[in-house]
Parts: sequence; C-alpha cells; structure tokens
Amino acid sequence: MYDCVVIGGGVVGGTVLRELTKYDLRAVLLEKENDVGMGASRANSGIVHAGFDAPPNTNKAKFNVAGNKMMPTYCADLGVKYRNNGSLVVAFSDEDKNTLHELKKRGEENGVTGLQILDAKALKTKEPHISAQAIGALYAPTGGIVCPYELTVAAIGNAMDNGADLLTDFDVEKIEKKSDGFHVYAADGRSVTGKLLLNCAGLAGGKIAALAGDESIRIYPRKGEYILLDRESGDYISHTLFFAPTKRGKGVLISQTVDNNVIVGPTAIEQDGTETTAEGLGYIGEKSREMCPDLPLYNTITSFAGVRAYSDRHDFVIEESATVDGLIHCVGIESPGLTSAPAIAEYVASTLVAKHIALKKNDRFDPIRQPDCFFKNLSTEEKNAVIKRDPAYGKIVCRCEQVTEGEIVRAIRENPPAKSVDAVKRRTRSGMGRCQGGFCQPHIAEILARELGIRFEDVTKSGKGSQLVREKTK
Amino acid sequence: MRNCDIAIIGGGPAGLAAAIAAYDKGVKNILIFEREEKTGGILKQCIHNGFGLTRFQESLTGPEYAARFVEAVEKRNIETLINTTVLSLSNDKTITAINPTDGVFTVRAKAVILAMGCRERSRGALNIAGSRPAGIYSAGTAQKYVNIKGYLPGKEVVILGSGDIGLIMARRMTLEGAKVHAVCEIMPYSSGLKRNIVQCLDDFGIPLYLNHTITRIDGGDRVTGVEISRVDENKQPIAGTQRYFPCDTVLFSVGLIPENELTKGADIPLSPKTRGAVVYQNRETLVGGVFACGNVLQVHDLVDFVSEEAETAGRGAADYVSGGGGDKAPLDVLNGQNISYVLPQKIDKNLAGDVKLFFRVNNTFKNCTIKAVSGDTELSARKKKIAVPGEMETLILKADSIASAYAPITVFLEEEA
Repeated sequence: MYDCVVIGGGVVGGTVLRELTKYDLRAVLLEKENDVGMGASRANSGIVHAGFDAPPNTNKAKFNVAGNKMMPTYCADLGVKYRNNGSLVVAFSDEDKNTLHELKKRGEENGVTGLQILDAKALKTKEPHISAQAIGALYAPTGGIVCPYELTVAAIGNAMDNGADLLTDFDVEKIEKKSDGFHVYAADGRSVTGKLLLNCAGLAGGKIAALAGDESIRIYPRKGEYILLDRESGDYISHTLFFAPTKRGKGVLISQTVDNNVIVGPTAIEQDGTETTAEGLGYIGEKSREMCPDLPLYNTITSFAGVRAYSDRHDFVIEESATVDGLIHCVGIESPGLTSAPAIAEYVASTLVAKHIALKKNDRFDPIRQPDCFFKNLSTEEKNAVIKRDPAYGKIVCRCEQVTEGEIVRAIRENPPAKSVDAVKRRTRSGMGRCQGGFCQPHIAEILARELGIRFEDVTKSGKGSQLVREKTK
Repeated sequence: MRNCDIAIIGGGPAGLAAAIAAYDKGVKNILIFEREEKTGGILKQCIHNGFGLTRFQESLTGPEYAARFVEAVEKRNIETLINTTVLSLSNDKTITAINPTDGVFTVRAKAVILAMGCRERSRGALNIAGSRPAGIYSAGTAQKYVNIKGYLPGKEVVILGSGDIGLIMARRMTLEGAKVHAVCEIMPYSSGLKRNIVQCLDDFGIPLYLNHTITRIDGGDRVTGVEISRVDENKQPIAGTQRYFPCDTVLFSVGLIPENELTKGADIPLSPKTRGAVVYQNRETLVGGVFACGNVLQVHDLVDFVSEEAETAGRGAADYVSGGGGDKAPLDVLNGQNISYVLPQKIDKNLAGDVKLFFRVNNTFKNCTIKAVSGDTELSARKKKIAVPGEMETLILKADSIASAYAPITVFLEEEA
C-alpha cells in the first residue's frame, strides 16, 4: 500500500514524485511507456520562460514565475544542464511593439524582474543575425533553457534513489476507489494501491480522471513540429528568440539548446501524433527565416514533433477533484509547464497532499544526483582515474557526441534504468549527433543485450514492437 | 607526451596504405590510431566482391582487400593503437586520444595524415516528413547488422538513394530473404556505379525509380509503409504522383560526408565542394605537415583509388619528415564548365613529377572532351564517350606542362556540337 500513486512519468509526474520523497511517504510512479519522459516532456522547446506571457493571477503566471526562480538550484542539485541565456520577444511592426509593452506590464504584474524594451540597434547588438526588419524587442534576462527529458529523467532518478518506485509499461486500464484507497490496474494484470492518486497523465489526464470517477477533466492535444540544427551552428544565436505572440500562441521560436544545438519550432496544430509533415517543416523554415534570414537550416540533423496537452480551461488544472476525494489533478500543463514543474510539485506536496497526510520530513532525502554528463566535465587526470577503475570509460562508442561505453552502461544500470536504444540516447546523447546513430546503434544494441541479459533480436528502439532487427540471418 | 614521426588518424584502407608507403620511404616511427577493435575500416563489412580490379587485376571481397594491407602493416611492425579514438587535433600536430588502457593521452607528431573516412548522411538531415519508428537505417548501418552482427533488420524494404551502398544492400537484403520493393533516386541518374545497377538491381528485378523521393514515412513502433512521389526539376514533389509501399524497413543511401570534425578543430581549411581539406598534389593540406587522403578528403567510388591516394599522402608525409617541407610555388586548380570539383585544388610547382587530377562531372555527357588549360595554353585533354557524375574522372598533367603553367589551371568539359 502506497501513500501516493503518481500516474504519468513526464516532467510534472517526475518532479511531483521527487517532491514526495522529501517526506516520509511511500510513493510510486506509473508510466505506460517503457521509459519516462515519453510524452510532452520528450519533445518541446526546452525553454525556462521568464513569466510575462500568462495573464496575472492564473496558475500559469504563478507557477511560471516561481518555477523560473527555482530552476537554477533545482538543476544544479540534479546535475541537469541549465543556462540562463535570456529571452527576446522580437517586434516587426508597430502593433508588435504595442504587444511588447503589454507583455512588459503583464510580466511586471506577475513578478518578473529586469524586463526591458530594446530598440533595433540594441537588439542587433545582442543578436547580430536578427532580421533587418526587426524594430525592437522585449528582453527578459531571467529567461533560460533546459533539456526537458534530461530534467525528467534526473528528477525521477533522484526520487528513486530516495526510495520512490517506478513501474514502466504500466498502462492504467482500471481504477477502483475502495475504503482503503485507490486500486489501480494495468492492462497486463499488475495492480498497485494507494491512499492518494495524483493524476499527472498529460494527454491522458482526462482519461485517468474519468477512470477514477471524475468526468470533469477535458484535455486536448496540440502538435508541434521542430527542426534541430547541428552543434556546428550552435553559436549562431545565444538568446531565445520569440515572435510577438498573437491569439494563435507564441509562434515559432529559435533557441540555442543546453547541448549547443539550435532548435527551431514549433508549429501548433490541434491534433495528436508525433509525425512531422512537409507543410509543418516548411512553415518552420519560412517563419524562422523571417526572424533570421541566414539561419543555417542546411545544417539540420533531425526533425521531430511533440504533443502538448491543454485543458479546456486554458490554464493549469492543479487541484483536488471536486467529486473524488483524494484524487489530485496536475493536468492541462501546456507551456510554460516545464518551467513551472518544480513549483507545481512543491505546491502539490505541501498543500494538496498535506491536506490528507500529515507530512513528516524525510531526514535521509539527498537532493543531489550525479549528472549524466559527469565524465565529460572531468579534468584529464580525473578522467584517467575513472578509466583506471573502469576501462569502459576509455572506449568511445558514439563518436559524434563522444560518449563512452562506461556512460552507456551507467545509463542502463542507474535510476531510472534505460531499457532501449532511445532511452540510452536521451540519457547519454549517444546517437543524437550528426550521424544520428548510424555508427553507434549496433554497438549500443549489443551493450543493451549484454547488460539486460536479453537476446540481440529483443533489443528495441523504444519499447515493445520496436525491435531493431527481425531475425538472425540465414 | 609521446612523440612520433607520422601519426595516422584512421586505420581503414586509406590509413593503412599511407602507413605502408611512408614506411617504405624510410620513416619507421609511425603510429596508427584506430577507433575500432580491428583495422580495415568499412571494408570489414563489405563482404561482396569487386574490390581490387584496378589495383590487383583480381576481384576481391572487402575483407580480402583489407587483409593485404593489414598484413603489410603487420610485416613492417608499424604500431597500431586499437580501440583508440582521437578526441582532438591541434594545428601544431598534437593529438589527444582516449582508449581503455592508456586513458586520455597526447602524442606529438612531426607529420599527421588524416584518414578518418566518411559517414552516411542520415534521414534526419533530409527533413523527410512522417514518424520516427524502428526500421529506419542508413544503408551502411543495415550492412553492419547483416554482415557483422548477423541479423536481418527487416523483410519488406524500400531504399532511398541509389548510391553504391544502397545498391549493394538491395542485393544483400534480397539474398537474405527480404523483399526490396523499390529503390528511389531523387536525381535523374544514379550516383552508383553502372556495374552495381546491373548486378544488384537489374539481375534481381528490383525497380529503380529515378526522379522520385520518399515524401512520408508511416509507422508507430515499427515502419508500416512509405509514400514516394515523383519530383520536378527543382526536386520538389509533384502532387498527384504519390505511390504507397507497405514495408517494415527503409534504408537511406543518400550521400557520404567526409568526417572532418578533427580537421575543422585544427583550423585546417576545407573545400566547400568536397567537404574535405584543400590539398596540394602530395595531399598536404594548407597546414604544413598535415596530409589527408581517402574518403575524408574526397568520396571515392573505388577503394583502389583510395589506396593510390593514400600512398601519395604517405610518401608526401615521409618527405616532409625527412626534408621538413620546403617553400611552395602554388598554382590553383579550378573547376570550370560542367565539372563539380577538382582535386588537388593546388599544385606546388616545386614538387617534381606528373600530377593526376581527380574530378567529377556534374551531369551525364556523351561524346565529350575534358580539358585542362592554364591561361590560353591547353595542358591536357581527353575524349570521353560517356561521363557520369557517379564515376570519378582523372586527367594527367605532365610535369613539363605544369612547369610551363603560370595562370590558374581550369578543368572543364566540352560537349561535341
């Protein structure tokens, strides 16, 4: 019997789980995929928003500004790469310029500090590649970037190191509320029981609510496509560049990533699925060139799409169900959800969970997690000491991103364990470089088979049904 | 820090041949850096035959061809560091490398030969729409799964790109029991060798769709099908020409890119046309004492030419170590009409001997003449019945004609009226 059952291993479920382990609680995370961070947290812009977008007094505004302030320490504790690169909302017309002033006012009301309106010249100094058509910008020095799946993996890994459980491939099919709490059943027959049920199910937030007896939650998908450029173009820009928002959303952005790629996107289409389209990718190319006419799109290394889940209330739904006692919703977490997640988690534990369970501090809680990239950051002497202990750290497997076998083995063994090629990739960056795994994938598959004790034919790209090879050759 | 006379980055066909040539010219203190467990490079997985026809006048498999060079290196006791990846190269010819036994270490060399080879362009670089399921591989990756690991990646296959590896894999997958439904080529011609089109596609009844590309990949966990479309002269898909192939595997053979990350890190100038270093005829780059050869310099069709080029580089490096590199009298070599690139891009008139120019034409030509001129002087000319982009062309400049040249040399192709 758990105290808290968290459904959904995205950044929200992950940060909530970690927050719960700060207290003497038994907590479990249920994830329907074979790895965590497989929904919206797998593919989004990775922006730590300053907090000037959301209307004052909304959940979005409140948690965004609080999350933005927490993010540097939160990432440092978890060994997650974070960079405070600053955001620029760029104006191309007088109407846009008015919007900048509105955003500044709104941001200040929300508690965002340091907002500044720049003229074209000051903007050009900050970003030399910006279009000559740009007439000014709103500069938000507190804007930042973080890798969404890295943060998710790290939060869940740290929670597990602190005693939380993770059940993957746990596709929730049925939920029963009984006198002792919630009984949650997976399609494969497994079940867990918990006093409180935390619905962090992203796109499935409405479905999980309904299974638990609350029909009031309505969640919709919005697809966004992205293009990613080679690290070779990584210093093309330094800030996150937004268009002035319109009613249709924040539009296409261009940003550096913490791994020094450049990300361009997203589109915003009201549909589910992670397929890219010729139209979508074409639109991104067109819009991004309006912002930066010489953007090196020829240096594209991949394109992808992600889905954001939004609620019909167009604000985060972070509350206990009005109808089902002990069911806590954290859903409708669209942008700026990534930024807000640490603050949402704190609120959920200290206020919503505390209402039901008297919280007692977990004295053994250790907030520190060794970063995935620890080996890269070592000095030559330190690297050699590690290689002496474990020669696998001296064998480069992924040549483009210079990832060693030691790092890959570590990703498979540590919390949350990587069980597929894509899961290894998200933790180590092996296969994320310019050859996109062409050279290293067979080697990584071999390491996975060896470490997991499975047949080579059973190694998957990303969970069941995605086996890399069909059969032994004749 | 270790020292050596010549450091060779890469133990594939280029690195091995360069090592042998340098050794035979009298430089014995040579170190080969090889990132894999064995030398031989990509030849290890090329188990089909047809290698060595030019060089040895016999048809060898890739491993057989490689073995001749591996043995020659071993016979000379040239030191090879296996499982060793070079992390960086600096302009002063210092190499930082890593391996499981020595850790991270540096080597200072008098001369360096770049022989890192090339990589395949990936699906991601093409921005092909659709999903990203399992079953999408570059042709070389599929080749590794089949020939080295012993597993068949899939059974119903569509291949994009008719480069040689794609053609070879069409046949290889077929022989292993897979059904190859189509090979699509966005260009109006294949970039593969004619013999491969005949032996790998025609002989097995595999259709080649020229002027076609994949416009969408479908599938959730695994590929379920692809949509292909005909393209117009600007390579844009033409609406209404879509065809659909259910399949579980898509292979990409859409070009090779010289792997010049180390070269860039050492600030060695590259040619935007070859994506390899700019070199003199001895394959010395514009950084004195650093040489380049093989597919890291220009993508070759035949390993025979890689070996030849590597020997040139190996001898050049040996001369550099012995003589220290003298003053140069550079002359530019330019690509003119109908020629996409020429290598070497520079000729040092102070180096003795004839120079063989390597280049590619930019379209299919019949009954044409390829010429090299310097100012008004014709230095060399060669008539061709047919010239195609898929086959590298050569032209020899005699030493005396080079001596007489004072203006940049231009190579161009003239069609007969």
